[in-house]
Amino acid sequence: MLIERTAGAVAAKRRDARVEPAREVIHRHAWPVRVTHWINALTLFILVGSGLNILNAHPRLYWGQKGSDFDPPFITLHAWPDWLTIPSYTDLADARHWHFFFAWVLVANAAVYLLWSFASRHIQRDLWPTRADLRAIPRSIRDHLALRHPTGEAAKRYNVLQRLAYLGLLTLVFGMVVTGLAMSPGLDAFAPWLVRALGGRQSARTLHFLFASSIVLFIAVHLTEVVLAGAINEVRSMITGRYTVPRGRP
Amino acid sequence: MTIITRRQALIGGLAGGGLLLSGCSKILQADALTESASFPRVLAAAQAWTRSTQRLLLGRGAMAQEFGPSDISSHFKANGTYNPGGEWYDRQVAQRFANWQLQIDGLVAHPLTLSVAELRRLPSRSQITRHDCVEGWSAIGGWTGVPLALLLHAADVRPSARFVVLYCADNLDGEPSKGGEQRPGQYYESIALEDAMHPQTLIAYAMNGKPLDVPHGAPLRLRVERQLGYKQAKYIRRIQLVNSFGAIAGGHGGYWEDLGYDWYAGI
Repeated sequence: MLIERTAGAVAAKRRDARVEPAREVIHRHAWPVRVTHWINALTLFILVGSGLNILNAHPRLYWGQKGSDFDPPFITLHAWPDWLTIPSYTDLADARHWHFFFAWVLVANAAVYLLWSFASRHIQRDLWPTRADLRAIPRSIRDHLALRHPTGEAAKRYNVLQRLAYLGLLTLVFGMVVTGLAMSPGLDAFAPWLVRALGGRQSARTLHFLFASSIVLFIAVHLTEVVLAGAINEVRSMITGRYTVPRGRP
Repeated sequence: MTIITRRQALIGGLAGGGLLLSGCSKILQADALTESASFPRVLAAAQAWTRSTQRLLLGRGAMAQEFGPSDISSHFKANGTYNPGGEWYDRQVAQRFANWQLQIDGLVAHPLTLSVAELRRLPSRSQITRHDCVEGWSAIGGWTGVPLALLLHAADVRPSARFVVLYCADNLDGEPSKGGEQRPGQYYESIALEDAMHPQTLIAYAMNGKPLDVPHGAPLRLRVERQLGYKQAKYIRRIQLVNSFGAIAGGHGGYWEDLGYDWYAGI
């Protein structure tokens, strides 16, 4: 009975294939998005790894301007394991060289991305949520929780949670740069108001860690969604730009 | 569709997890790159970008933030050397640094030798500032000392001088100073002449209103407030003006710099 039903389903699928139009392939991501995406991915990976190595030099976080072994910590962490850090051995000098070089890469890459994205209206058109998008947030949350991914026309545009997540990442990267600079004794002489606005140098350091943790959370959700939405199709679309529009279930 | 997706998810997750567990550095060959001949030079380029940007933004005059007496850390962490030790330094401590001499020489028209008592009679500046360690912590302390600019004017710096080198009495590699010339492991630092001339750059002899104690650099230490903690050399014995620090010790301009740390240390 079971076999019969399965055979019937296969036959039905074959019939559908004959009448269905060819798979629709669209050009999903423009080349500046693809290039800056991969530079950003590598850069964030290195910045998180070298950042954890730097954090291992003093894995305690404080709130305010000051904070050392004799002050109550805001968060106490343990040393991060070598398999997470860049380089793998604990070396503050080397980790800082990696971190600050790739911090510059991050800033340059983000500047290129933002200039292109505003000029081409990518941000205004593809990322900024419309009123209809905002009204659809509850439904989009339900769809995501049920692992239902958009198909057909709806799959050709970013859904509202995607838009908010990408805008959130841009905000977090901005926050990383600002809190990173606020830890610099040099930049503090240039913009002491910025350090005070963040609650002090040690608060900036704590926020730097919390924003970085949020970026790691973003990456975890992002990778999960890529896999659930079809890893090969999604990754290919970010390499070549070509994206096969998922069809609805028959 | 769902089944394929879940299988993909499982494979993707396992592959990703396995790759990560093998080590973030291993994936990138980060350790090998760090120890290679050419890649560190690529990374080091960023130090020059940061230094030039900070020079552009800060100029000569931008002042480090100063705080109020209520902001002072109840316990200011000492780091590096806590006590240079050795017969020679212990004798200086016993004599309350009465025979400590600060020598200013190199590219100057009038080399100077000053005692701590002579320095205390010169015009002074007091400031409450935040000390930012490269390790990440900060402490706030009050410092009193002679502006380094004042000493450099008195010594009449020659136009060819570009850097101020500070030689210290502490040795982090073990052998304590005997009061003589620079030895391997002996702490030293160097700063740019324009940072030396900054109004907040002091040869400090007092901390929080009391003579500097041994863990914080007695009898004399540097305060150069727009840079990290390791630039704030302690136990200073000699100030030398040079146009290059390439021939001094490891050639990178400081004890920690010789071990790979950034020279400018503005971030």
